[in-house]
Amino acid sequence: METLLNLTIYLPLLGLLGVLLVRNNDNLIRWVSLFTTLATFALSVPLLLNFDVAGSASVQFLTEGRHFVPGLDIQYITGLDGLSLLLFMLTTFFAPIVILSAWNSVHKHTAGFYAMLLLLQTGSLGVFAAMDAVLFYVFFELSLIPMYFLIGIWGGEGRIPATVKFFLYTLVGSLIMLVALIYVGYDAGMKVNEGVFISDLRVWTGPEYLIGLEQQTYLFLAFALSFCIKVPLFPFHTWLPFAHTEAPTAGSVVLAAIMLKMGTYGLIRFCLPMFPNASEAFAPMMAVLAVIGIIYGALVAMVQKDVKKLVAYSSVSHLGFVVLGIFALNTTAVQGAVIQNINHGLSTGALFLLVGMIYDRRHTRLISDFGGLSSVMPKFAVMFMLATFASIGLPGLNGFVGEFLILMGSYNSVALNSGWYAILATSGVILAAVYMLWMFQRVMFGQVTNDENKDLEDLNPREFGLLVPVMIFIIWIGVYPKLFTGYSERHVHTMLEQSKIKGDVIAKSADASDMPKWAASLYDITDDLALK
Amino acid sequence: MQEHASLLPIIIALPLIGFLINGLGGLFSERYRSLKPLIGYLATAAVFVPFLMAVTIFLGMSADSDPIRYHLFTWITAGSFVSDIAWRADQLSILMMLFVTGIGSLIHLYSMGYMKEDVGYWKFFAYLNLFIFAMLNLVMGDNLLLLFLGWEGVGVCSYLLIGFWYQDMGKASAAKKAFVYNRIGDFAFLIAMFMIFQHIGSIQFDAIFAGISTIPTEAAFWIGLLMFIGATGKSAQIPLFVWLPDAMAGPTPVSALIHAATMVTSGIYLISRMSGLYALTPDVMLIVAVVGALTAFVAATIALTQNDIKRVLAYSTVSQLGFMFLALGSGAYIAAMFHVITHAFFKACLFLGSGSVIHAMHHVEHELHHHGKHVHFDPQDMRNMGGLKKYLPSTYMTFLIATIAIAGIPPLAGFFSKDEIVAMVFNAGANYSEIYFVLFGIAMLTAFMTAYYMFRLTFGTFHGSFKFPKLHPEAAGSEKYLHESPWNMTLPLWILAGLSVVGGFMGFPDFVVQTFAGADAHSNWLHGWLIMYVSEAELTLAKSIKWGILIGSIIIASTAVYLAYLKYGRDDVAASDAALQNRFGGAYQLWADKYKLDEIYEGYIANPIVKLSDKVLAVFDLKVIDGIVNLTAGVVNFSGSLVRYVQTGVVSTYAVYFVIGVLLVAGILLF
Repeated sequence: METLLNLTIYLPLLGLLGVLLVRNNDNLIRWVSLFTTLATFALSVPLLLNFDVAGSASVQFLTEGRHFVPGLDIQYITGLDGLSLLLFMLTTFFAPIVILSAWNSVHKHTAGFYAMLLLLQTGSLGVFAAMDAVLFYVFFELSLIPMYFLIGIWGGEGRIPATVKFFLYTLVGSLIMLVALIYVGYDAGMKVNEGVFISDLRVWTGPEYLIGLEQQTYLFLAFALSFCIKVPLFPFHTWLPFAHTEAPTAGSVVLAAIMLKMGTYGLIRFCLPMFPNASEAFAPMMAVLAVIGIIYGALVAMVQKDVKKLVAYSSVSHLGFVVLGIFALNTTAVQGAVIQNINHGLSTGALFLLVGMIYDRRHTRLISDFGGLSSVMPKFAVMFMLATFASIGLPGLNGFVGEFLILMGSYNSVALNSGWYAILATSGVILAAVYMLWMFQRVMFGQVTNDENKDLEDLNPREFGLLVPVMIFIIWIGVYPKLFTGYSERHVHTMLEQSKIKGDVIAKSADASDMPKWAASLYDITDDLALK
Repeated sequence: MQEHASLLPIIIALPLIGFLINGLGGLFSERYRSLKPLIGYLATAAVFVPFLMAVTIFLGMSADSDPIRYHLFTWITAGSFVSDIAWRADQLSILMMLFVTGIGSLIHLYSMGYMKEDVGYWKFFAYLNLFIFAMLNLVMGDNLLLLFLGWEGVGVCSYLLIGFWYQDMGKASAAKKAFVYNRIGDFAFLIAMFMIFQHIGSIQFDAIFAGISTIPTEAAFWIGLLMFIGATGKSAQIPLFVWLPDAMAGPTPVSALIHAATMVTSGIYLISRMSGLYALTPDVMLIVAVVGALTAFVAATIALTQNDIKRVLAYSTVSQLGFMFLALGSGAYIAAMFHVITHAFFKACLFLGSGSVIHAMHHVEHELHHHGKHVHFDPQDMRNMGGLKKYLPSTYMTFLIATIAIAGIPPLAGFFSKDEIVAMVFNAGANYSEIYFVLFGIAMLTAFMTAYYMFRLTFGTFHGSFKFPKLHPEAAGSEKYLHESPWNMTLPLWILAGLSVVGGFMGFPDFVVQTFAGADAHSNWLHGWLIMYVSEAELTLAKSIKWGILIGSIIIASTAVYLAYLKYGRDDVAASDAALQNRFGGAYQLWADKYKLDEIYEGYIANPIVKLSDKVLAVFDLKVIDGIVNLTAGVVNFSGSLVRYVQTGVVSTYAVYFVIGVLLVAGILLF
């Protein structure tokens, strides 16, 4: 099985070589890419079926390879656990859909385009499967590079500034993470690995490796910042609307469905178990940013004139929910965040696919250029409506499950200690209805006023076929979420419990006289000496 | 009893299956869309068979039997939170099930006639079935979350059906408005649910009922208030009622089913369900009662001034829902449910009757166009009508019966339920707070107005002479195009009219028979059926007072009908309206302007938020937040050179830079 996992990760690279071999034949390129991604998906299915749900707290299909650098414990470690399994599957699931969605819309450097998509897939799969921090970082960067080119070369008219912005933001985030990562590697080496640098994530997040409160603060902020840029959390979000708008459809879909998830995944994977005290201390701050993001993202989405920008800002709002759930720090809310990660991928991915389909026909993204499309494109209307209602969080569709658990969990969160975060966040459900339905109305309802929309062709079999699997999961997760949340339940529960214990140990051994005043008050450490 | 539990999932599943068959069939097959009888009968059967099953369950139940349950699977669960897909039938929900499926079947049948010529016939029936599916989940859900699924589900169906003729942007806007106003209520509902889970640790109904007494008073106040706010959205009460009149943009059977008989009563159902909680918070009860009474009054005043027959009925619905909330707030849950049911009979009948009228007027327009006369008029405007009783006898008779019922003339249905409500309000005045006496006064005044505006509508539409040809000379002689609707439209009308006549006897007041047959006599079946289930306030009024209220109600209603006859019964609607306007002056103008609520909401809430988002937040996002990023001057230079490489496509150069950068940082850190 572990071989299968590695094969799944690298198969797209093999496909990439195939694409380069046939680079002068656009048609062959597409088929090779499609075949590769379908095969990758097929390979990943046995992983899902063989996954031991009861043991989801520990890493499965584990590969522990050789050391990369002599003298440092940097290992090739891959595997999946309850946290990463569904994201891994989401990545293999979306790849063939993305390839199909671009079937007729790429006309320049076709080989390069598909090569980048395949490279991106290996990078993304690696991010979710890596169990070594350095390996994680390598894959994290590997997934960025193809995205720069997808936006920079195949993007819309404003692609260059968008790429620059995307590059700057992610560069800053990556470098900060790198610094923190190297620090932790040495620190962990010092404390639990006889002085040798170690980046095994199981060690980092394990119960033996304890980080002092002051260091936790800096490290938490460093990791959290780099992941929050990725999410993106308000106020680090301004790269997203540009990147989403200018990216080709395939790029937008991968960005929304997969890449943004790396941020929230990172927060759960790194921050909660490694910095339990800091996570708790900063939970209210993170929740404030998340709630601002939910409302602010929704309000700004409401007044966008460009459909893609509207969906991009709606992502800022939706991912605010995920961050809120993570920092509520209880099983209900974190479980909500984990499943909402998947749900946002499905529904926003679907929205970008749909917007791409009308863009292919009309080469415009402006809401005002449309109107009345329901009468000319009935099948499109049904799909668009489903995705819209999923995004609004209608019970019975997937979006509701995550949102509800997040809100319910954060309302009753001990770490947040106030229901107001959840109450304010819940107002997002009103705003979501406003901006989505208003957009839907202007695009789909009314008379066809623009002559160019009169004879638009409804979805063709390819488009319809690539949307159907997404819609199936949108409904499936909405009706029977237990199957999906079950994969991570044990993991999340165990992780939170262990982090709590770890945090208590660290707090108990902390001494107020050893730390600056701000740290003592941040972590509520009373001066024991003074009491004596 | 319990052996009927297996019927519950079938009752739920059939409308869903109907939706899927008609929806998918129509979406994919042009041929299927033309099979209108098949589509219509299939959809009707998908509601009628569940009705028969509900009857079976009902017959096996008694007033003290335990709830019947069916657990399908665990739905959403995480941490300590669990919610199931599980349904229940108990004394309260079976009543709702019966009239949702019963009236639902009649309206499906009616729609087969009403929507016959519509190209979206298949879609219409698919949506209707989906609505019944959602509504049944709302009333049968065994926990608050499944109820909420139904609650939002009916909202979506309402959205889809109000905007059924979506090519008309006005109708599409009305649909969105309805959904958004409902969502404001849903927001409050969700928070109430969070609080209930916080205090009880479960959202399953039996656990909630068992744990209600452990909720602290302050929390009970907020939960009760928030749930009520949720109800004001769905059940169109002040301040959220403004969506309902606009919802009349939907096809008329939709107005009858969703916006009169079933969906809009969900708020009353919810509060009755949670009556144990409301018993803990008299403050919230008073708020509910005051809002209900004010809504009843405000909507009735608006109804006096409207000329669109559907709008009159819409405001009348808002007003009658206000009566139901007034009852809830007075601790009269049974009376509220009683009025929910009788109102479903006569208001569905009235709406379907108005549909029959509109159908006939449309036909006139159609025939005129057919004969080359392009006369455009509003087929819903009462001022074009008059004298229709000659041409639509069945519609007239049934409409008249339902009007008598809503006006509160005994022994028709509306009289009994309304009388029970006002008696209970008076009772609350005697037992709890004097404010209820004021509300009693408002209720009586509103009852007077109800009888008055309803007869204005009936006289204006059916009596006197047919005005349309007089207003449009081209349309002279067009009365010959007026015709009665087909059997599948008039049959539901007659059944509903029949129910409006006899429906009141399910709650025939005990004290009346007790006066004649001794203190042990009981005639109020509904009271006995529900009393174990709701926290009903005790009725302590003396028999003489009850008789006084009963006789007073009759006098008020009869006077109103007589006055309405004097003013409107002789073909002088316009003149009488003008007289009314003169008498009330500014107040009348305020009513006619619907208290300017839409303008206030739009001008002071919606527009400022949009403007703020557009002119401040969106600009702030670009100029300030993003500006800070862009201002990093040194970086800008660097990015300039980067751009060139991207543009020339020299990918490797960039990659090299990237690697160098990383190595540099790593080097600095390592050594």
